[in-house]
Amino acid sequence: MAVESHIAELLHPPVEFPGQDAGIPLTLLERRLLNEFQHDFPLSPTPFAEIAQRLDTSEEQVLYLLESLQERGFISRVGPVFKPRRIGTSTLAAMAVPAEHLESIAAYISAYDEVNHNYERDHQLNLWFVITTPDQERLEQVLAEIENYSGLPVMSLPLVRSFHIDLGFPLWC
Amino acid sequence: MVLTEKDYQLIASIQDGLPLVSHPYAEIGRQLGMGEGEVICRISEMRKKGIIKRMGVVVRHRELGYTANAMVVWDVPDERLDEVGALLGSRRCITLCYQRPRRLPEWPYNLFCMIHGLSRSAVLASIEQMVSELELEEINHQVLFSGRRFKQRGGHYR
Repeated sequence: MAVESHIAELLHPPVEFPGQDAGIPLTLLERRLLNEFQHDFPLSPTPFAEIAQRLDTSEEQVLYLLESLQERGFISRVGPVFKPRRIGTSTLAAMAVPAEHLESIAAYISAYDEVNHNYERDHQLNLWFVITTPDQERLEQVLAEIENYSGLPVMSLPLVRSFHIDLGFPLWC
Repeated sequence: MVLTEKDYQLIASIQDGLPLVSHPYAEIGRQLGMGEGEVICRISEMRKKGIIKRMGVVVRHRELGYTANAMVVWDVPDERLDEVGALLGSRRCITLCYQRPRRLPEWPYNLFCMIHGLSRSAVLASIEQMVSELELEEINHQVLFSGRRFKQRGGHYR
């Protein structure tokens, strides 16, 4: 049974996973699921069965573990990552927001469906967010609305060129 | 590659992830009135054309213990951008390496990298090692660690 072997694995967590330092309980199978399938996801009719075969386990177990990893917040999704500015457009935007307004302005910005990342950073420009829209017109509209709401300038830094091949997040670093 | 209305429908249905079921492509097809083969074929085409830059498990690094997240920005002389971009972009621990426009006078930086680690000290050490190995001492850089995360998910294209 999927649940039983999951519990069995929890009792014998791997030692070499760096996340262990942060007290994160992950089994060897979970670690491999997180590490080894961040790119080149199978395009066969039954991709999870294919993954199961590579991990020497069952399709049922793979689906169970992926769902469980998602529920625990370790996986945001299993799916595509689109190249920026190929479908629609996007930009990285930065603002210098007075500390006392940061929370409320960040909440206003996060409420946009067009905003997918929004982080505080330790710099005078202390709020950084990514806006993704179907077209340039909507992008500029969102930027203008944020400037209007906050009364602060927004610096927009759209991608010019990528120097990186995205293979996912290297968990062994 | 010219995307059709059907491609956009497909993008909208997979941008938040594939359904975690035995036959995910058939399931998506059922929702869109497409066959399983057509779904696979269109996704495969988007991957070949680089519209999808990767497909697979998208992890949440903070939850996995990688709590130190640095955006390193560099002021690279224009004539060295190709060389330095290629060097930084191929480092294993860098998860993004993008050229963006300068906004002078307040923002002179034109190259952006993301580096994640278990601690700020580990990330700073890794940046220091990178600067020394790649001989980037003469290129001004700044490290902007992230504080609160207000939002993180994939982009919505439709």
